[in-house]
Amino acid sequence: MAFYRAHVLVCGGFPCVAAGCRAVRDAIERSVKEHGLEREVRVVETGCLGPCDLGPIVVVYPEGTVYARVTVGDASEIVDEHLLKGRAVRRLEYTGHLPSVSLTDDKRTDYFEVQERIVLENVGLIDPDSIEEYIGRDGYHAAGVALTSMSPDEVIETIKSSGLRGRGGAAFPTGVKLGFTARAGADQKYIVCNADEGEPGTFKDRLILEGDPHKVIEGMVILGYSVGASMGYVYIRGEYYLSIERIERAIEEARKYGLLGADMFGSGFNFDIEVKKGAGAYVCGEETALIESMEGKRGEPRQKPPYPGTCGLWGKPTVVNNVETIANVPPIIRSGADWFRQFGTPTSPGTKVYTLTGDVNNKGLIEVPMGITLREVIYGVGGGIPGGRRFKMAQTGGTAGGCLSEAHLDIPMDYENLQKAGSALGSGALLIIDDSHCIVDIACTLLRFFEHESCGQCTPCREGTRRLCDIFRKTRELAATEDDLKLARELAEVMQSSSLCALGQSVAVPLFTIMDHYADEIEAHLEGCCPAGVCRRLPTGADEAVCATSQTGGGIK
Amino acid sequence: MSEMRGPAGPGGPSVVCKCECDDVFLSKVEKVVSSYRGRPEDLVQALHDVQSLRNYLPREALRVVARTLDVPESRVYGVATFYSMFSTSPRGRHIIRICESAPCHVAGAAEIIDSLLDELGVEMGGTTSDRMFTVETSSCLGVCGVAPAIMIDDVVYGNLLAEDLPAILRRYR
Repeated sequence: MAFYRAHVLVCGGFPCVAAGCRAVRDAIERSVKEHGLEREVRVVETGCLGPCDLGPIVVVYPEGTVYARVTVGDASEIVDEHLLKGRAVRRLEYTGHLPSVSLTDDKRTDYFEVQERIVLENVGLIDPDSIEEYIGRDGYHAAGVALTSMSPDEVIETIKSSGLRGRGGAAFPTGVKLGFTARAGADQKYIVCNADEGEPGTFKDRLILEGDPHKVIEGMVILGYSVGASMGYVYIRGEYYLSIERIERAIEEARKYGLLGADMFGSGFNFDIEVKKGAGAYVCGEETALIESMEGKRGEPRQKPPYPGTCGLWGKPTVVNNVETIANVPPIIRSGADWFRQFGTPTSPGTKVYTLTGDVNNKGLIEVPMGITLREVIYGVGGGIPGGRRFKMAQTGGTAGGCLSEAHLDIPMDYENLQKAGSALGSGALLIIDDSHCIVDIACTLLRFFEHESCGQCTPCREGTRRLCDIFRKTRELAATEDDLKLARELAEVMQSSSLCALGQSVAVPLFTIMDHYADEIEAHLEGCCPAGVCRRLPTGADEAVCATSQTGGGIK
Repeated sequence: MSEMRGPAGPGGPSVVCKCECDDVFLSKVEKVVSSYRGRPEDLVQALHDVQSLRNYLPREALRVVARTLDVPESRVYGVATFYSMFSTSPRGRHIIRICESAPCHVAGAAEIIDSLLDELGVEMGGTTSDRMFTVETSSCLGVCGVAPAIMIDDVVYGNLLAEDLPAILRRYR
């Protein structure tokens, strides 16, 4: 393998791709070639480095210098100055509160201090298209250990005692789930990796798949071995073009290296993986809807029980796990359950990958131990709220998660405490909203999402989401009454108890937390006033109503 | 411009497809789905492949899919109309997907949507008269770190300002 004196990592996470990193990478490569440095300097497109709003991000090793918001025009300067003359380009260097995104320990700063990287240990550090780089970071070691020196039961026991719980939203203990499928008698069993990441504000699975696809493959191999499945599927959203490309290439590579296929590690165990593309349906993130979709049908959820663990794909026992859950498996097998338990809290061990979005200075991907408070995330890693505005609300877990107010800032974020606060960890989305937004307007956006994504199979969800949307639209138009809101609560209660799947059942979670924590603000709308000055009465010939207390001033009616 | 009536319910009028479903096109469809012959489980994948030919799924093409995969036409139609990435009516050459979810909303997506529709002179879901662009809302595109964002075909544009739109659209015209 060639030795390079410098590595230039260009973040190829999807947000950076959207910010134009590919053109920057090409420009750097061109400039490297022009200077005849291609044998000394290697340009690598990596997975996500984290702070998405600083993209395109370029990191130059061995110094670990971080360049933020690099443009095509900056490329030659970086090559000229830094790579040729050894002087960092101060103008572009990122030295602010955020970080050297340096992954060498001596350069860790605030951004990485509170972070613990288990799932993301390789993301941003290796070339995701290179299986050698993954192997160089102890990749496939855990699979080798599991297949050659552990019994399937031992693997399951290790995962059980690690306390790993599902990271997709339902938080079901992973080891217990594996136990169900391992015990089920069947000639064929399946492992399904749920990469149908549709929860608004969530893009962790995408960035894990794009940044470290082999880790997901290795995790699936270990899970397959533990339950006796010989076939695995990765079900990915159809819109995730880059994820599909990367994982397909990684599967191909793994096959070439004998890390997928027949008689792996000489253990006699066979396992292969196929990619299945979704076609745009949020509900397919629900495991039984996902299975229906994989069978080539409409993604309509099945009645449970039976659960997929005993009767899933083609009626066979099937383990369906989220990408992040699966990515936790190789480190647990490699380093043991006790090692894993040193992170997080006793009941929620490990770390959680969050995607931080909305009104926060540092948006992006972070991995922190379970139990960290919302305040630490927003004002620490997140760098606070921009423009000196006040925190108003945080929605945890995506659109189906609860909305937390200022009073909840110091709640430790783990499964139990968030549940107590009426919310959930869910998918790991953290949407931060400042006081310039109106809660009713936000509620409308959330409800419109559910209305659009309801699959229409069961009546409570199909009709309920529509009616709730109507009611909150009416509230936003300052035309709702107390009875309307009573009806909304009643509807959501019925949906919670009688919808077929989690989609309809969970509408109540954001709705009730909003109605409970922001009762005064909603009340004001009934009286024809939007305190944030966002909502307006529909013009019906009369002058537009402006709220007396709104920022825009003016009188009511 | 093509025209399609339907969907036809049971006993409804038979559907006349006046789109460009000429024999050349249909033989292309047949070729594309031939590898899925007799594999109903690959229906979603087959529809992806067929749609990549013309950006939508003409009724005649659905018939070919049904025949080849050996699935009832009703089920093919059901699947084709269930998923938001599939369309049974003609669309433009480029599909513009806009995220309307809360993280994009907070970052000012509404303004971007208004400017885009204005710029193209269409309604949401509509296709421009030159059949270059179709604008659709999408659930989260998974690039919330750079919200607000739009996706044109498979390329995402993030951190958008309304004034960026004309230049982006020009690249496709």
